[in-house]
Amino acid sequence: MNKMKSNSLIDFSLHLADNALILGQRNAEWCGHGPVLEQDIAITNISLDLIGQARSLYQYAAQLKADGSTEDSLAYLRTEREFRNCLLVEQPNGDWAQTMLRQFLFSSYQYYLYQYLQNNKEETLAAIAEKSLKEVSYHLRWSSEWIIRLGDGTEESHSRILKALEELWRYTGELFIAAPYENDLGIAISSLKHDWSKKVNTVFEEATLKAPENVFMHTGGKTGTHTEHLGFILTELQYIQRVYPGCEW
Amino acid sequence: MKTTTIDKEALYACLEEVKDPEVPVLSIIDLGIVRDIQMNNDELEVTITPTYTGCPAMDVIATAIRVELTVLGFKKVKIVRSISPAWTTDWMSEEGKRKLKEYGIAPPNPKQQVCNDKLFAPDEAVQCPHCNSWHTRRISEFGSTACKALYQCDDCKEPFDYFKCH
Repeated sequence: MNKMKSNSLIDFSLHLADNALILGQRNAEWCGHGPVLEQDIAITNISLDLIGQARSLYQYAAQLKADGSTEDSLAYLRTEREFRNCLLVEQPNGDWAQTMLRQFLFSSYQYYLYQYLQNNKEETLAAIAEKSLKEVSYHLRWSSEWIIRLGDGTEESHSRILKALEELWRYTGELFIAAPYENDLGIAISSLKHDWSKKVNTVFEEATLKAPENVFMHTGGKTGTHTEHLGFILTELQYIQRVYPGCEW
Repeated sequence: MKTTTIDKEALYACLEEVKDPEVPVLSIIDLGIVRDIQMNNDELEVTITPTYTGCPAMDVIATAIRVELTVLGFKKVKIVRSISPAWTTDWMSEEGKRKLKEYGIAPPNPKQQVCNDKLFAPDEAVQCPHCNSWHTRRISEFGSTACKALYQCDDCKEPFDYFKCH
């Protein structure tokens, strides 16, 4: 593989890993604060799956970099501008409706992306996608049911999910715009939009919701320009390793 | 590469001693976590696979494998993690399923019925490991560990864990 392609593969793996890590960290903020115990356990279990996926991807990226990087240095010692996660996953938890909508929009995206990537010619990447897809299918089903429950629930739950939709929809455009590293690798990210929209609209219909139209879409996360929220997440996530370098649990 | 013949049966028997720290009644052999054992030159290579990518038990399991094999006299042990093909509950042994039930955890059904993307599908019929009633219901799709869901028996009223579809 030529040098440029190899760098793109590292960037793409980091992008996938950062997506999983940041959403895992966000979901973990619910630990001990869930609306009921079972759902608190559910959202933190999803967090655990995502952090597991992030670990596999960081290990892969570290192996490709072959410069002494480790999964830990990649997660704990990179700065905000070096993170390549999409803007959607760094958005605050808000209320339960906002957390569920963020999970649903992201899980449905991850579902089609991993389905696509499990046929990738990079064997390790394909294996991680194949393994993660089983977990993501479970997250997608669970979060879809929540969208329907909230959208087609009470007046209050409906108004809350509408508010979440207004807040989060503007971060979904970025998911399907290829970053330079995706173009280099021939990852046809925009081709996933059709299936994703179909899935989202089917669930929205049952939830008596409608996808907003003509919304300005924010971009930048995939190439390192983030919303103000990421800095705060990293401050908390990286604190121990910054203060006690090399500290082990 | 030189491949030395090893007594695989003895090695598998030895790894029976390594338990899943989160479900201590099951060995890693029962769970289907050990995928292969090979001898390369003087290094013993054990291939393991995680049940879930984030399973925190994997590090503990890898250390325990090293300890058991060192006791058996193997000085060089390499643990290889493989994730493809992905772990499935189908790899759990019948003996493992029996032990699980005895321990109070409902083992995965031979053919898991709710492993698709259908929304609000009816609960999978799961037998209560305490009183054997089929009159049970799902409380939560997630449970105490990444691999389990939470159920309750409507007859004996006991809550219990069920190995979720995977």
